Amino acid sequence: MSVIVFAGAAQFAAVGYVASGLPWPGIILLTFLLNARHLLYSAALAPWFRDLPFARRAVMAHVLTDEAFALSISHFRRLGRTDEWGYWVAAVAVTFIPWNLATIAGVALGAQIPDPARLGIDIIFPAAMIGLAVGLITGRRELVAAIVGAGVAVAVALVSSPSIGIVLGGLVGPLAGLLVPKATTEAGDLATEPQP
Amino acid sequence: MTTDLVLLAVLMFAVTYPSRALALLAPGIDRLPKVVLDYLQLVGPAVLTALAAVSVMVVVSDDDVASFHIGIEWVAVFVCLAIVARKGNLLLGLVAAVGIVAIARAIGLAAIPA
Repeated sequence: MSVIVFAGAAQFAAVGYVASGLPWPGIILLTFLLNARHLLYSAALAPWFRDLPFARRAVMAHVLTDEAFALSISHFRRLGRTDEWGYWVAAVAVTFIPWNLATIAGVALGAQIPDPARLGIDIIFPAAMIGLAVGLITGRRELVAAIVGAGVAVAVALVSSPSIGIVLGGLVGPLAGLLVPKATTEAGDLATEPQP
Repeated sequence: MTTDLVLLAVLMFAVTYPSRALALLAPGIDRLPKVVLDYLQLVGPAVLTALAAVSVMVVVSDDDVASFHIGIEWVAVFVCLAIVARKGNLLLGLVAAVGIVAIARAIGLAAIPA
């Protein structure tokens, strides 16, 4: 599953759903909702990859994750241009390979850890997400988008489901950010447009 | 993983890959209006903070009821945020976050999630 699906949150959720006996159509639907945010990542990266061959972009899509997106887009913005190798490093070397090795290690050794929650491992995901977000916040617009995105996500998650909350937060946050006037001297401003 | 679960994984891939590939493979993405490109620049911070916030602030019970959660996880994530913002070191931030949660749970200051 780590190779074929390669989507951590959906995999964690699926394991729980399978264990609780949820029918497959429900698992598939929830997977779709949980991973719908990748459409936003894909759209944000598309202008940077527009000159790459179709087949290579098709492969790149499979390894597009939260981590790969955050690492590569902040790298591109810093450089002011696309760095294809940078994407492969972020998506495969830093994410895909360690994720699959860790999956194998977990299968082999996981049972020997009596209570992983006691070790605080569950905090790594949200802490990593917030840490990666910090790298993308280069001005007031990004800050507003981040705060509003988080607020909307939590509010919607409480009344519907976390998956829908995350997607709506990701859609509404940027709209709020666009309402903030763009400062011409904002850090990273010149480096946010893909260069040929 | 049984053969059945391989099929489930393939089905999960089938509903995940289109989200990842659609915009990357769609033609004409470079001709999007400026406002759309500006919007897309803001997607990353919004989605990542949404993921983090929902992870630490929302707990879903076994019967699928979501509730607001306040706990040591907030402190851990905030400390990680502060370290990354000040020092630019994500690894250090993650280590600090895990340490805070592990210690708090070990000494009984925080509940261990089910």
